[in-house]
This record gives sequence, structure tokens and C-alpha cells, in this order.
Amino acid sequence: MTSPKQALAHPASSADAAPGDQPGAAGRAQGRGTPPPGKDSWRSRLYRWDMKASPYAFVAPFFIVFGAFSLVPLLYTAWYSLHNVQLSNLDGQTWTGLDNYQNLLSSDFFWNALWNTFTIGVISTVPQLLMAIGLAHLLNYKLRGSTVWRVVMLTPYATSVAAATLVFVLLYSWDGGMINWLLEFVGIDPVNWRESDWGSQFAVSSIVIWRWTGYNALIYLAAMQAIPADLYESAAIDGANRWQQFLHVTIPQLRPTILFTVVVSTIGATQLFGEPLLFGGVSGSKGGSEHQYQTLGLYMYDQGWIIGNLGKASAIAWSMFLILLIVAVIQLLVSRRLRKSQ
Amino acid sequence: MTATELTTPQSSPPAKTRRERPRVMGAGKQLHAGPLTYVVLTVFALVSLAPLVWTAIAASRTDRRLAETPPPLWFGGNLFKNMERAWEEGGLGTAMFNTIFVAGMITISTVLFATLAGFAFAKLRFRFSGLLLMLTIGTMMIPPQLAVVPLYLWMADLGWSNQLQTVILPTLCTAFGTFFMRQYLLQALPTELIEAARVDGASSLRVVWHVVFPAARPAMAVLGLLTFVFAWNDFLWPIIALNQENPTVQVALNSLGTGYVPDQAVIMAGALLGTLPLLIAFLLFGKQIVGGIMQGAVKG
Repeated sequence: MTSPKQALAHPASSADAAPGDQPGAAGRAQGRGTPPPGKDSWRSRLYRWDMKASPYAFVAPFFIVFGAFSLVPLLYTAWYSLHNVQLSNLDGQTWTGLDNYQNLLSSDFFWNALWNTFTIGVISTVPQLLMAIGLAHLLNYKLRGSTVWRVVMLTPYATSVAAATLVFVLLYSWDGGMINWLLEFVGIDPVNWRESDWGSQFAVSSIVIWRWTGYNALIYLAAMQAIPADLYESAAIDGANRWQQFLHVTIPQLRPTILFTVVVSTIGATQLFGEPLLFGGVSGSKGGSEHQYQTLGLYMYDQGWIIGNLGKASAIAWSMFLILLIVAVIQLLVSRRLRKSQ
Repeated sequence: MTATELTTPQSSPPAKTRRERPRVMGAGKQLHAGPLTYVVLTVFALVSLAPLVWTAIAASRTDRRLAETPPPLWFGGNLFKNMERAWEEGGLGTAMFNTIFVAGMITISTVLFATLAGFAFAKLRFRFSGLLLMLTIGTMMIPPQLAVVPLYLWMADLGWSNQLQTVILPTLCTAFGTFFMRQYLLQALPTELIEAARVDGASSLRVVWHVVFPAARPAMAVLGLLTFVFAWNDFLWPIIALNQENPTVQVALNSLGTGYVPDQAVIMAGALLGTLPLLIAFLLFGKQIVGGIMQGAVKG
């Protein structure tokens, strides 16, 4: 509504600067006649103000949402982690200092959850990213129906954590489950995927691997396609075979992308929650009868909403964040070291 | 793969070298896939699709049949009966409508706000823009767990338990979306076009409407698809904020998983129903979604 008026502020320039760009605007402007004297400076001031303020106005919605629903809650979570906050008695919050944290450090369940988060994180991330690089390499060939292949590899990504886990629970069931049945075919004894330590952790990890391998493969594929062809050409002239080219051209060129996927997967693995929760069925928040696959995310949900200790849940959330920050710093240092050695 | 390796010439006659060279140089890109590549890709494809196909098989059987060995390998006749039970007893009916509304609202607002913010970061000069962009990217590192306790308490204070706005509001704009649009507009929107409109005296809103939106349209569509998938599948906060009385799809599936309807075939029918809309979206827009993920990745 204001824009045709503002177009009047520069009636002369509009004609020669962008002819035909917005013919309607210029025509309408002339039809309205010239602006009354005195208002012109007000308009140009408005125009300048618009130029200055609009960038902030454009980024404001994101920062308002982030501030209100992430940053402020993050600080409040820190505050609650220093209080005794019970789900059953929300008004009776009392200051307890670092009690919640001390409580965690002396709790076997916390260390167990931390260790599980780490092992499940490794079992799910390392094979996933390795397979994704291999898959990307294959997808990078000239293929018949290349789009179809890519979409098929991405379909697990369309499946929600909940839906995928419900299916895998059935596939992994002790008797009558597809996976044990197939193992029996090959002559392997059935595995108790629900109860055994490594079996259950592997099963939970396999859901993560299934959902994310194709996604990461596409990310690697995009990076592979950006590698300049002459690098391969000169490697070939030097007598490098395809495997050597992959090792000495593709992998080094992918290094930033690999770092990116490692970081993203680490963040995902640290907050792993839905897969172990639903894998556990009715008492899912315990992460198995012996807490074999109770991750930090699960432990937090269990303490906060099943047991009802929201103060402790807040302390777990902050511990998780601190661990993530430490891991991020380590990854940064490692990547810097790698870059230097290059 | 191995077949092409063998043909890579090292000391072959010159006439042959000329024919072979273009095949070597592009490694991967220009090389045609050998049969082994297709075999391995087929294995990957089967592993990707089999659990989904088997969901449909299990959903068409009975609870009793699913407990027997060997597991069923082909469809039975109970698919629609089980789907109906999941729809009604499992709450998938309400959940689907709720989720379409929730994911729809989140998608519209995220695409709109992310385009505005992405445009500002890509093309406008303002103080602290670099710092704010770094901050935007940094926010992606914060796990959602850091927000859920206070959000839950505020929601209880407001008397909003079980209302859909609790899961819509926190996701009205995402850092990923903002960054995605910035990266796209950086190269897709010529700065001269904005300057021309400026010289014309166009206000910022007018520039956005007539210059930015038209240029951003393909990326907005892709971001819309990605956001919809993300919103449809969002799990942690919805299962805390909502319950089976007014669920989203993921909340209903979580209830099914914890024994709300103790019938495996109905649970599978629920998983199938809750995934079907996204599978259809992938069937229709798979190419765009793949393109979007690859586009968002290059800059990583």
C-alpha cells in the first residue's frame, strides 16, 4: 500500500533506471500526480528508515522464536536444575544448589546412560557414515534411473522414528521375528535382541542406521559432484587406479563434508531418544530391564516425566549440553590438527 | 566397479587410449556403472524398502498370525479392518487431521520467515549480520531437551495442556530453514535486481514481494517439503506436550507402542497410516526433496 507512494519519491529515476521493470508502478505514480510540497523529505526519511530497519525486521521473527522457545527456556532449565521441582507439586520449588548435579554424579544410572549414549552413538554413526560414503560413490556413477535410486535410498528418512521403531520391534522379536528367523536360515542361533546388552544396543542402532544412511549418502553425493574433474584426470595420468583415486582424491576432497556429517550425527546421537523409548515398549523409558539401552535423552524423560523430578531432568539436560560442547571442541581441535597436517 | 577398473589403461596402444581417456577423467561422474554397482545398489534399495513393505504385510494380518513362526511373507486379508481399528481405537484419525494442521502451519510460517531472514542474511548489509548468522547456525547445536522442562511448566501455567498451539509455536521458524534460504538466495538472486528495484524507489516489502519471492520460489517449495516432513515426524516435544486425547501422529504411534491397543497388526496398520502421507509426498516430489537435501548439503 505504501509502495506506490514511495515510488513517487524518485519519479525521474524510475523511468530511466529500470525501464519495463515495473511499468505499472510508474504509470500509476504519474496518474496520481506529484506529491504535495513539504511531505517529500518526510518520505525520503521514511525510505531511509525502511532501508535501515527492514533487515532487522526480516531476521526478527527467527530470533523472537529462538529467544522465546530456545534461549530463555535454556536459561530457565539451568535455573530449574538448581531447584527441587516435582511434577506433583509444581508450586513448591525450593533452592537446592548443586544437589541435582551431585545426585547425578553419584548415580550409577547416569553413568550407565552416558556410556550407553556413547556406545550406541558409535555403533550407529560409524557404520552409517562409512556405508553412506560407499553408497554415494555408487550413486555417483552414470546410472539408469539415477533419480529413482536416490529417492529409494531416501525413503527410510520419510519414515518417522516412531513408525520405524514399531516395525523394527516386531522384526527383532524373540520368537516369530523376521530377523531371528533369517538368522536361523543361515544357521545362527537366535539372538535375544530385547534383553542382551550388545544385541539390544545393536538393534536400536540399526534403526538409526536404517533411517539416516541414505540421507547422508545424498550429502556426500552432492559433495562428490562438486569435485573438479581435472583432479581425477591428473591422478589418472599419474597412474592412479580407481581405488587410489577414491582414496587420494575423493576422500580428501570430502573432508569438510565428512566433518559436517560427523558433527551433525554426533548432535543427533547425543540426544537419541525416540528409538530406545519405543524399542522398550510399555516401560520404554527404562531402556530395557537392565537399562541396557537407556540413553541420556531417555534417562532425562524417565526422571522428569515418569518419576516426576523435573529439577533432576533439567540437570540431565544441561549435562547433555555440556557434554555436547566438550565433544564439539574436541572435534574442532581434531579437524584443525588434520588441516594443519595436510 | 571391478570391470571398469580392469579397463583403466596404463600402457595400452595409443588408439585405444584416446577412446578410453574421457572415461577415466571424470571418475565416477562420467563412468557408466558396471553390473556389480547395480547389484550392490539393489541390495541397498531392498534393505531400504523391505521394512516398509513388511509393515504393510504385517498390517494385513492378524495379531495371532504375527506371533507365529515363520513370519508372514505375503499379504493377508485384514488390511482395511486393521487400519479402521488404528484409525478409531488408536486415534490415528484425529491424529492425522491434527498433524496436517500442525505441520501445515509450521511449514507456512517457517518458509515465510526463513525466506525473509535468509534474504536479509544473503543480500542486505546491516550491523552484526555476521555475528547473527553465526548465532543462527550455532543454535542448531542445541538439543531440544534443553527447552522442554520450562516449556512444559509454562504450558501448564497457561492451561494449554493438550492444545495444538503448544507444538506449533516453538517451531514457527527454524535455523536450518534460514540458513537454507540464505545459501540459495546468495547465488540465485542477482544483487543488481534488488538495486534496480531500489532505484525505482521500491520499499523493502515491495522488493521482497516482487523480487525476492519470485527468485526464491523453487527453494521455498523444497524448504516447504523438508519442513513438512520434519514437522510431521517431530517427536520429543509433542509426546511431552500432548496426550492421546488430542494427539499428533507421533503421539498416537507412541501410545500404540506402549500398549494402547495391544494388537500387533493394528499397531503396524497405525505405523503404515502415519507414514503413508509422507510416502505419497516422496512419490510425487521425491526428485525435489532429493535435490533440496543435496542443495542444502554442498555448503555444509
